[in-house]
Amino acid sequence: MDAVQKRIMNILIGGEAGQGLVTLGQILAKGLVRSGYSICVTQDYQSRIRGGHNTFAIRVGVDAVHAPQETVDLLVALNGETVGLHRDQVSGGGFIVIDEALHIQGNGTLTVPFSQLAADQYTNIAALGVCSAFLGLDEGVVVQTAIDFFGKAHRDVVEENRQVLGESYRWAVGQAVAFAKLPPIAHPPERMMMNGNEAIALGAVTAGVKFCSFYPMTPATSIVLNLAGWAHEMGLVVEQAEDEIAAINMALGAAFAGAPSMVATSGGGFALMTEGVSLAAMTETPVIIVVAQRPAPATGLPTRTEQADLEFVLHAGHGEFPRAIFAPGSIEQCFELTQKALHIADLYQSPVFILTDQFLADSYRAVVPFDLDGITPVHPWSTEGLRFATPYRRFAITDSGVSPRLLPGLTKHLVVADSDEHTEDGHITEDLGVRQEMVQKRLKKEAGIRREVIPPEVQGAERPDLLLVCWGSSKGSVEEAAEQLRSGGTKAATLHFPQVWPLVPEHFMNFLQEAKEAVAVEGNAFGQLARLIRRETGFHIEKSVLRYDGLPITPEFILRALNP
Amino acid sequence: MVTLKDYGQYETAWCPGCGNFSILEAVKKALVASKLEPHRVLFVSGIGQAAKTPHYLNANCFNGLHGRSLPVATGAKLANPDLAVIVESGDGCNYGEGGNHFLAAIRRNIDVTMLVHNNQIYGLTKGQASPTTAEDFVTKAQPEGVLSAPFNPIAVAVAMQAGFVARGFSGMIDHLAELIQQGIAHQGFALIDILQPCVSFNKVNTFVWYKERCYPLPTEYDPTDWGAAMRQAVEWGAKIPLGIIYRNVRPSLGERVGRGPLVGRKTDRGVIGRIMEGFR
Repeated sequence: MDAVQKRIMNILIGGEAGQGLVTLGQILAKGLVRSGYSICVTQDYQSRIRGGHNTFAIRVGVDAVHAPQETVDLLVALNGETVGLHRDQVSGGGFIVIDEALHIQGNGTLTVPFSQLAADQYTNIAALGVCSAFLGLDEGVVVQTAIDFFGKAHRDVVEENRQVLGESYRWAVGQAVAFAKLPPIAHPPERMMMNGNEAIALGAVTAGVKFCSFYPMTPATSIVLNLAGWAHEMGLVVEQAEDEIAAINMALGAAFAGAPSMVATSGGGFALMTEGVSLAAMTETPVIIVVAQRPAPATGLPTRTEQADLEFVLHAGHGEFPRAIFAPGSIEQCFELTQKALHIADLYQSPVFILTDQFLADSYRAVVPFDLDGITPVHPWSTEGLRFATPYRRFAITDSGVSPRLLPGLTKHLVVADSDEHTEDGHITEDLGVRQEMVQKRLKKEAGIRREVIPPEVQGAERPDLLLVCWGSSKGSVEEAAEQLRSGGTKAATLHFPQVWPLVPEHFMNFLQEAKEAVAVEGNAFGQLARLIRRETGFHIEKSVLRYDGLPITPEFILRALNP
Repeated sequence: MVTLKDYGQYETAWCPGCGNFSILEAVKKALVASKLEPHRVLFVSGIGQAAKTPHYLNANCFNGLHGRSLPVATGAKLANPDLAVIVESGDGCNYGEGGNHFLAAIRRNIDVTMLVHNNQIYGLTKGQASPTTAEDFVTKAQPEGVLSAPFNPIAVAVAMQAGFVARGFSGMIDHLAELIQQGIAHQGFALIDILQPCVSFNKVNTFVWYKERCYPLPTEYDPTDWGAAMRQAVEWGAKIPLGIIYRNVRPSLGERVGRGPLVGRKTDRGVIGRIMEGFR
């Protein structure tokens, strides 16, 4: 094999659902992370259980990788269709690994005698061995990663996998292929491999979530599957509801009774929840609502990505009430902002949203293990230090709009909440004077929520010629595009919003005004954040780069759109 | 010692002669007989005249959305199993808008007592047909009569082998109070369908109409006999049976989850550290 090295490359594994490409992708990705590399995974799959065309892309680098890449250096084709669909993406010097039985040849094609290396059902593991050898991964690291992955499987299955892996790895080492390797990292740092949904689930339990109700919906489901897996040891209750309406109402019941609660869904399921959002606001019940976006309207493209529910989530629920909407742009932000969301919901007794999407939900990255020191979970059951007049009034009017919160059954005081307009003690009223006071009380909480807003992050040149404005999951791609523009001589900068509501103009107006040109980069067709900024500030971001074909925004996509 | 006085006496928004007054009285009697102090009880209700009932007594209360009482009650009971959780709403709320939750609650066997004020009509929205309105019943919204067959909550609950299925009548307060008390004591889901007149909008199923038809099941009736219960569940017309129609014993959802109160539960950082290890 050649000794040429490459510091960053993109591996694309393609095949049908049911061929084990996700297993192959996950083990390879983790093997790379354990070997000290940074990764960014993009999963593209169809809404079916078997067949179709799916891909698992791993962009891997010696330095930090935060974005996907379109060109492919190593195409692992588990079927012939993959070659046809992705051959054009393969870079010069790139390689295609394919089963020799498919009789596909050409430049840069490496045919593998899979039928000799493994029984049919282990083809994916044989491909793993071949790729690992080409990339220059240590055989021991890959084997151990695979053993850990199959941890709970039968011993014979593990052993069979191990044999196939070793044999295919050694076969590949024996091939004279001029494929560039990753430079080895002598002392791999401690890293976790985690995707966005796993980080949201971990953030939630770290911040004290105790109850989660849900109705399965891609791409949100894996958040709940993680919670369900930890439920026993963490003492959580995770309940699959009969529909999304039940899910949010259950969460509100649990939250009212004192369990920090959350729901996770996608656009269609969230549409069913919206009356419950309004109920959370009226009864001032804290709840976390994760909306993992996918292309809509209606069922749309169920397994692809989009950022088109910002306006929906901002306006969901009838009537007027304060809310906060977080939009994490990285795995770390998924973890941190979910915790922040729980605290804001608890402090301001309000519904709080996390807007993620399929790309980030499924995107595995290498992450420094989170520091748990100093993290305080929410504790809504503490009545210490609460001062309130007796008889207790759940909705007592205060300067901040926040009323002291007691929980039903924990003291002798009665806790009464109503979806109707209510008096301070929570009982139904049609006194129109009280109505006005209660509207003002609820809206006053917005001032507190605004004080806690996380300002958008600016990166790059000061007083830039070009400012790329973005939110949520596209952070890495937008920042990488700006970096490439800078290295090409353009004075470029980025402005990323990890929280999209409330907007605090003082946090960002100067950046917009100082830039010669601002461009909104968003995964929707309206330019929803740009419209929102205009509505709130009058500032018109005239130019936009918008993607709504179901695929994630990549640095290449942005650069192509800016320089057609 | 809990007394009726602890549960208070309030002015209501109901029509004079409404069956709700008697049901409220029976509920209070049942709570006192159950020796439950007001702060240990949580009422969850929806929307409608029946759903206002919890405002007219002293207890914890979450008066939520139309049809959604059962999910709220389920969440609250799972979060704090020490609360006695009672759902109280009408036939439209529980069987119409909330029909799916009714089926799911029976399947879950959540330890909640469900009181359904069943007057076979929508009262608060002024007289449209409810899921339990009789076929051919004429209303302003159904001027040619109701074309759908009525929903039989008792038969559905018995068919699904709900743990506690009973029917009461607002005109028999002590009998109803006894049913409610037993429903609260039952460890699991308990349905008490309560027949009541609507003096404003149901001129067919009046107090007298019910009075003439309702009869308490004989003492020798065995509510654990599912076949007999199914036969009683479909008896409707000239005679309408009252009492515990069916009961069985199976563990409630709370028992099966076995988590104890979520309220006040600490977050174990050591466990989170172990979970993080799994991502390496």
